[in-house]
Amino acid sequence: MYVNQFLFLASVLFCIGVYGVIARKNAVLILMSIELILNSVNINLLTFALRNGSTDGHTFALYIIAVAAAEVGVGLGLVLLVYRNKKTISVDDLSEMRG
Amino acid sequence: MIAQNIGFWIIAVLMIVAALRVVTTNNVVHAALWLVVVLAGAAGQYILLAAEFVAITQVLVYIGAVMVLFLFGTMLTRARIGAESDLNNSYKKLGIPVGLIMLVAMGLALTRSFGAEKLPDSAKVVSTQEVSDQIFGPYLLPFWALSFVLLAAVIGAIVLARKD
Repeated sequence: MYVNQFLFLASVLFCIGVYGVIARKNAVLILMSIELILNSVNINLLTFALRNGSTDGHTFALYIIAVAAAEVGVGLGLVLLVYRNKKTISVDDLSEMRG
Repeated sequence: MIAQNIGFWIIAVLMIVAALRVVTTNNVVHAALWLVVVLAGAAGQYILLAAEFVAITQVLVYIGAVMVLFLFGTMLTRARIGAESDLNNSYKKLGIPVGLIMLVAMGLALTRSFGAEKLPDSAKVVSTQEVSDQIFGPYLLPFWALSFVLLAAVIGAIVLARKD
């Protein structure tokens, strides 16, 4: 197995996630795209852990999984709060800070 | 090695198709279910990369907990569950060139840096013991910080979502 096949898979997933963040306006779908990006980073870390024969990448990947779980919890709490106040979760409609 | 390669390409194609469906489908619940395919495929890739503990954690945390959160979020923020037409914003077309340019840039960088370099053939599976020796040894301080992050996230989510 080549190093690059895993890294290419991770970069394809990363770019799909970036496209999702740009193209979507539903807040829950934006959070899902962010999960895609975080997973591609994890694949990268584990590939380099195997290439360098070190276990540091595994530790970082586990920490990223934990931070992603916290991020989803707080993010969905925010989305619920926005929905309760504005009756919509479309991020295009949240334009109160626009000058 | 050949069996592993076949497994890699099957899972990789499945993951890419599912990821594309996540960002293009018109139904939020379908997007969540396609995301399950991507996350499970990532767990399979972690096993191919000799990381069994990370793969198990991926299944437990992502497919077990995060997906339930997403489905609850979908349920609580929308009256109806079904196809919707207004999930994308007006400058959706802008995302395609941005994604493609990033992909080409990263592809060029990867090809130049790693070329045809191979992963070590006889990699042994990293045991849970080695990972825990790392976490509770040199990386103990980040582990403590992480537990405070999780505590803050739990309290923050409760405070945010609570009805007053």
